[in-house]
Amino acid sequence: MNGIHDMGGMHGMGPIGHDPDQPVFREPWEGRVWALNRATGPYGRGVWKNFRFELEQIPPSEYLRMPYYERWFTVLVNRLLRSRYITEEELASGRADPSAPTPALPPPPPPVPGAMPGATRLNLPIHAGYRAGQQVRAKNIHPQGHIRLPRYVRGKHGVITKDHGVWALQDTTLAGELVGGPQHLYTVRFAARELWGAAASPRDSVFIDAWEDYLERA
Amino acid sequence: MADQLDGVDRRRFLSGAALGAAGIVVGREADAQASSPVHSHDDEHQTVPSDIALRVKALESLLIEKGIVQSSALDEIVQTYEHRIGPRNGARVVARAWTDPAYKRHLMVDGSAAIAELGYAGGQGEHMVVVENTPKVHNMVVCTLCSCYPWPTLGLPPAWYKSSGYRSRAVIDPRGVLREFGVDVPEDVEVRVWDSTADIRYLVLPQRPDGTEGMSAEALAELVTRDSMIGVGLVHAPAGGRP
Repeated sequence: MNGIHDMGGMHGMGPIGHDPDQPVFREPWEGRVWALNRATGPYGRGVWKNFRFELEQIPPSEYLRMPYYERWFTVLVNRLLRSRYITEEELASGRADPSAPTPALPPPPPPVPGAMPGATRLNLPIHAGYRAGQQVRAKNIHPQGHIRLPRYVRGKHGVITKDHGVWALQDTTLAGELVGGPQHLYTVRFAARELWGAAASPRDSVFIDAWEDYLERA
Repeated sequence: MADQLDGVDRRRFLSGAALGAAGIVVGREADAQASSPVHSHDDEHQTVPSDIALRVKALESLLIEKGIVQSSALDEIVQTYEHRIGPRNGARVVARAWTDPAYKRHLMVDGSAAIAELGYAGGQGEHMVVVENTPKVHNMVVCTLCSCYPWPTLGLPPAWYKSSGYRSRAVIDPRGVLREFGVDVPEDVEVRVWDSTADIRYLVLPQRPDGTEGMSAEALAELVTRDSMIGVGLVHAPAGGRP
């Protein structure tokens, strides 16, 4: 989706706020949100939609206002309500309704074909449409669901620098349902001048990782 | 059908959020909610400090009472990522690569395996690519779409890495960003920006500073900063020369 999250190349987005010694959690609630998301994971397995898809549903004005972990909190609350693990009344009071059923873990999802322990790459014999060194163009596409092809490369020419093997595409429909299937993932180099014009350094480049569906022959 | 369900759930969520300790407004119906009576409820609480902290606390209590999470387990998760999984891990990888040419060759060819050899593996580090800074090439890493970051070697990302300013500018103005971080990359040095858009995670192998010859891997690791492994900082020799 052409959302506010896809901000590569935008201007006026505020200071970076760099601090070399910044702790990972600036306030205790941030750590609690992180931990709550991790700890509730088993209740969402095979049930909850793609996390990034859900993050991107936050409207732009709210997305920009919220600290990072407030976005995570928002997604978590949304998921818990949608799965009926909690009710709006319970959320409002902070107390469990004694008459509410005890939340049960969902059944484990079916195994993913080609899955390997400790890996997210898939062991599947799928043909690679491209090879390192090949010229490609990022497709000029604008699907409304979740997609990992940033707007700033769409329609631009690049060169494949590496084939990473087969991975599950994580794109979704507008409703958050996964689309596409396992396919090769490539690193693609784009010259800074191809992306940003003559003002960019002729030496510089940006690399992205792109699924095969995102690319076409140039 | 999924669309309809989602719409219903969104409205349900909105009313729940508005009734909650205040104002998570998610959904395009947000404006319609603004004048509803539940929002006057929010106003009563405007003086309460750190509203988000209270809402998180309320949710945690609720989930503990329901048996979905345990407080001690949450503590353990927080402590793990505050103290045990962090950039000291990556610093040991860098220092080993600086002092052991065979290890460095392995690291550059198969980052995941070489890093796992030192005991650092797991979520968001399954597929590591290490990119080396040299006198001719400067690498830096960003996630323009969100916050992808190599957890086993660097821990969780700091807030600035996830800021809109860094995410928007790192790809279009890397040299300007680097200058802000105090890194002036000469014109004749190539800048490579790695936007982590999929499941590959990137670690920058910074240049070993002059004046550190003969230092042990342990001592070198102390010099390696989080910034240098994201590619927005350089590693400096200890002040006052060799320790």
